[in-house]
Amino acid sequence: MTEAVVADGLTKTFGSFTAVDHLNLTIAKGEVVGFIGPNGAGKSTTIRMLCGLLRPSAGRATVAGFDVGREPEAVRAHIGYMSQKFSLYGNLTVRENLRFFGGLYLVPRADMEERMHTAITMAGLEGRETALVRTLAGGWKQRLALGCAILHRPPVLFLDEPTSGVEPQARRLFWELIHHLASDGVTILVSTHYMEEAEYCNRIALIDAGKLIASGSPGELRRHELGGVLFELECSAAGATLEALKQAPEVIDAAIFGDKLHVLLRDASAASGLQPLLAAKGIEAAAPRAIAPTLEDVFVQLVTRPRVPEAA
Amino acid sequence: MNLGRLFAIAYKETLQVWRDPRSLAIALLMPLMQMVLLGYGVSLDIRRVGLCVYDQERSQISRELVERFTASDWFRISAKLGDEPAVRDAMNRGECIGVVTIPVNFSRVLASTGTASVQTVFDATDANTTNIATGYAQGMVGEVTAAFEAQWDASHGLPPRSVGVVDLEPRVWFNEGLDSRNFIIPGVVAMVLGLVGAQLTSLTVSREWERGTMEQLISTPVTAMEVMIGKLVPYFAIGLFDAAFCLCTAVFWFDVPFRGGLLTLVATTALFTLVVLGIGYLVSVKIRSQLGASQVALVLTMVPITLLSGFTFPIDQMPPAIQGFTLIIHARYYITILRAIFLKGSTLTELMVPVLALVLYATIIGWLAARAFKKRLD
Repeated sequence: MTEAVVADGLTKTFGSFTAVDHLNLTIAKGEVVGFIGPNGAGKSTTIRMLCGLLRPSAGRATVAGFDVGREPEAVRAHIGYMSQKFSLYGNLTVRENLRFFGGLYLVPRADMEERMHTAITMAGLEGRETALVRTLAGGWKQRLALGCAILHRPPVLFLDEPTSGVEPQARRLFWELIHHLASDGVTILVSTHYMEEAEYCNRIALIDAGKLIASGSPGELRRHELGGVLFELECSAAGATLEALKQAPEVIDAAIFGDKLHVLLRDASAASGLQPLLAAKGIEAAAPRAIAPTLEDVFVQLVTRPRVPEAA
Repeated sequence: MNLGRLFAIAYKETLQVWRDPRSLAIALLMPLMQMVLLGYGVSLDIRRVGLCVYDQERSQISRELVERFTASDWFRISAKLGDEPAVRDAMNRGECIGVVTIPVNFSRVLASTGTASVQTVFDATDANTTNIATGYAQGMVGEVTAAFEAQWDASHGLPPRSVGVVDLEPRVWFNEGLDSRNFIIPGVVAMVLGLVGAQLTSLTVSREWERGTMEQLISTPVTAMEVMIGKLVPYFAIGLFDAAFCLCTAVFWFDVPFRGGLLTLVATTALFTLVVLGIGYLVSVKIRSQLGASQVALVLTMVPITLLSGFTFPIDQMPPAIQGFTLIIHARYYITILRAIFLKGSTLTELMVPVLALVLYATIIGWLAARAFKKRLD
């Protein structure tokens, strides 16, 4: 078996609201998959179903070969999970938290000291072993939570927005740890809303409104998903320009990125027509410049595109 | 069930309680405060209740009668009134619970006929106290007049009256002094344990929901049984400590006679502690906010223990439907057990029925709590 996680038509409804809608996802062993999407897209709900914490309304999923609906306890024994909210015990020390989770996961007594030491080193918490966890800064807390989640050496790891609210340097450090784990063969599904973090993943699964809208390596997504050529445009009145561009037939989409506009054209040759088109409406603009799309471009384009079946 | 995981939970919970000022305060200060407040506050005896006297006659006999009231432990004379309006006024102002009016011709009538009456007016706003006070007042007036009647009869050469053939000689057992404290304090112990125990555990699961640690906990292979037993271990130790404190206060501070076996007391108390902790835990599993769980636990324990456990109102005088309802009040059994052990020295065999009721109670609560603990978020 080379698939660590298989979701097949996975669906979760809360009343009349469909949080996750027939999601298909396959993650190979040792892969780092980034789960990307806006808040409320269904990332957490999907991860919770895969951890056996929520019962799927329809469809099925297996994790490490175990069915999440029928064998949740077997799933729990083979996964590590970091929930979105920080969830270690603040009034326990670093060592006490590690010992607690080691106890719950039945880490052999003989291995306990060594694994705790590894986790403490990994989190960079040497010398703070007896500090109460609530006194630690965000980055340390997150790395310690990761350390607690992998004490029992799980083959599959689910990390739900582990880096949210953590300063950039700590985030980078955290991603190094993730890759270190992956090189040991651990399969990791990590959700994030930081677009630049998506670049660290082997594969990205884009999710919006409960549906998987695209999946592939960062490079693949950048190459194939736009369906056009991307140009950057500097102009004076961004709002008015946006309006004008969206009415033009050769423009697939336009969006504001910082102080500039990103314009997606059907054809590169249409670029030269943009300046006159805007000038006719009294808008001053610099010459458009072809740029390589970022994942954010891809994502914005995919999310705003009118949804047709099998669009992705 | 795995002992390693159970130990991990128990150890973690112990550390948390130890470092949580709120839990420590509930565990250590609440029993102290409640024992003092309830132990002194709740009493069915009357002591030095205010009484006003309107002595219209001011004769030697009437003064002797008033003297009797003053000398008793039950009443104190709060005012001597001079006229009729003052009587109503004193009652209205709540200066006294009752007024004894001795008529102007009291000793004259007594001397000529051999019987005389005094009037007592009582404020029945507090019916319970008034009831008891009226009884004592009647008794005292009766004693004084009986003495005079006997004198009068003798001086008139009449035989003593009311020499009955059958004489009732009442004896009371177990609480010989009819001291209500001996009856109340065991109830107070049950009440304090019932409240504190449920409060302690009512926070243990809801706290984890509130702080977000529960989601992490239930993502591990831990079982509902391990969580329940592991979490109850430290609170059981605290509960037993509190119980020992309350029971010692009852015996050594409030001087309630202890006539039973220590082992019987320890065993039954441990059982009741288990029931009480279980109720708090069940509430905590069901209600995911600390404040809500603590409030529900308070209402669920306070009201039934105060009103329906036999602590303040005797169960056999309740309407049949309510009597039936008291069967599900855990404290009712423990109060029965405590009173019996303390005052009668009852043994475990004699207490079989309430003890088995508590065993059944603990089993059902434990089963419900284990079932209520879900390892899912939906």
